[in-house]
Amino acid sequence: MRPIVWFLILLLLVLHQDNWFWEDQTLVFGFMPIALFYHAGVSVVAGILWFLATQFCWPANLDEEENVHSESTSRT
Amino acid sequence: MTSLIIVSVYLALLLGLGLFSSRLFRGTSKDYMLASHSIGPLLLLMSLFGTTMTAFALVGSTGEAFKEGVSVYGMLASSSGIIHSLCFFLLGVKLWGFGHRYGYKTQIQFFRDRLESDKIGLLLFPVLVGLVIPYLLIGVMASGGVINGMTQGKVVEGNVVNGTFEEGTFPAFLEQGSQGFSKDGSRGGVPRPIASFVICLVVLLYVFFGGMRGTAWANTFQTCVFMVLGIVAFWVIANNLGERAIRADQEANGVSNDTADTTVQQASLLEKISAVSANIPTERLTRSHIPKLKFFTYLLVPLSVGMFPHLFQHWLTARRASSFKLAIVAHPIFIMIVWVPCVLIGVWATTGLIHIPPPVQANPNIVLPFMVKSLAGPVLGGFLTAGILAAIMSSLDSQFLCIGTMFTEDVVVHYGGKGRFSDKQVVLLARLFIIAIVAVTYGFSLFEPRRVFTLGVWCFSGFSSLFPLIFASLYWRRLTKLGSYACVGAAVVSWITLFWKSDFARNADYTFDLVLGGMTYQMMPVAAMFTSSLTALILVSLVTRPPSEKTLAKFFS
Repeated sequence: MRPIVWFLILLLLVLHQDNWFWEDQTLVFGFMPIALFYHAGVSVVAGILWFLATQFCWPANLDEEENVHSESTSRT
Repeated sequence: MTSLIIVSVYLALLLGLGLFSSRLFRGTSKDYMLASHSIGPLLLLMSLFGTTMTAFALVGSTGEAFKEGVSVYGMLASSSGIIHSLCFFLLGVKLWGFGHRYGYKTQIQFFRDRLESDKIGLLLFPVLVGLVIPYLLIGVMASGGVINGMTQGKVVEGNVVNGTFEEGTFPAFLEQGSQGFSKDGSRGGVPRPIASFVICLVVLLYVFFGGMRGTAWANTFQTCVFMVLGIVAFWVIANNLGERAIRADQEANGVSNDTADTTVQQASLLEKISAVSANIPTERLTRSHIPKLKFFTYLLVPLSVGMFPHLFQHWLTARRASSFKLAIVAHPIFIMIVWVPCVLIGVWATTGLIHIPPPVQANPNIVLPFMVKSLAGPVLGGFLTAGILAAIMSSLDSQFLCIGTMFTEDVVVHYGGKGRFSDKQVVLLARLFIIAIVAVTYGFSLFEPRRVFTLGVWCFSGFSSLFPLIFASLYWRRLTKLGSYACVGAAVVSWITLFWKSDFARNADYTFDLVLGGMTYQMMPVAAMFTSSLTALILVSLVTRPPSEKTLAKFFS
């Protein structure tokens, strides 16, 4: 799953370029310029992908680090 | 006057919060600078978001959308949503681990250890401080502009009417602005230098007493304020402009006033904002005026957060690594919530449904306060001004604290010797440096203002050009001391050269043009800076002695 998530994040960076709506004047829902609507969508997808990254790509050794830290904090 | 009273009450509340948090101060330098690593997920999210969303996000995005159209969102907001979280994930979490393990308080302490070089501090310190100061200036200048914009009156036949203050309330050079720093005069409002001074003073006081804990609390409070009030501002402006748009349509179709009133009353919010958007000029709807390569190279600008010294300090405040998760996920969504309304307000200001007077057109920084003032009543206008100021101050505080910490830790304590100062003296020194840096920044803000957006992009570009250094120091074992010197040197030289070529940011549309095969490729200057610093880092590292095994084991085991 880890390589898939990183691939999707890379893909999102490529899709961010958005050459296809470059000169499109459409107003989505009658009020939202499509260039703005598309990039708002990019933001939402970014949130979803980063959620997946925190679930599947989180560094494993950090749990040990946290345990060590919480022990030292509780000692002080 | 109502708006001014509301803003004053808000500032007093903020001061109270800062002073209250100082009662929890444990008296140690670690607590003052890093809140004793006690910040949980929600406070971390709010403080990271509040710190990265500055005047640039609210005032700058609206102003730039007014000037350039909706493209501004793709150029900086959606890219930031991806790249800021990437930096939190790849850099922040790892640096948090090193900070906890080895007791770092500043970036320079980390670099000194990782690069086995004391002198990297001498090289980086002026560069980082030199880049943070323009960032601070953005906030200080914008706060003055916002308060002045909200309290000023209109100039009718050479006289100011409906101003908050009578003529003669302030010294003539502030009111008339014929000479010196207040070029446009105060127009019956609070003069910009005075407004900026008050904001500096409020931020200074709560940072001085509350330290990092006060800053994190104030950031959280202010982030809530500017997000909620931002949405309220959008709703009010959308309704008001929508009514104007529908009424204008009805008038154009020869409908009677009574019928037009009924139509306006019955219109839903969606119908209203659709009527407004229908009036957006074509050139503000698309990116046809932006070269595609220029848009692409804008992607490099948000990498700047990887090298922001104040974000480094915020990262270290986290209680545990998992505290980062919420910030990583929610950051892009929060950016969208703040930026989309601001960008829409900016392009709606170009519809002609509201008259934008020439002084406002000439200064995009005040488009948002002008819209708020014109379309909301004084009470709501006051609250909304407080929201804008909240966004500005939630960045200023972290930056002031960070520079104070850097002066204390990286210069005085480092060169004076750790045993020379008691912990109380270290805190005192940090506080004194914070006062000094506030004074210096305020002094700079009195000079001729630039467009917030332009100044911000130059400042971020400088930090982005140093991104290869922080990334390589965490992920490339072969990075050497001399490679890092070359990287910083290349970044500095390319930044100064291009900044000079842009006429010191006076040319807001300056691009780095590459001519290949008779074609001209226009790029953001950051592309040239980033490439030169990255190339220098790799080439010099490869031909110089690698770090010792001990250091590699310390950071890569």
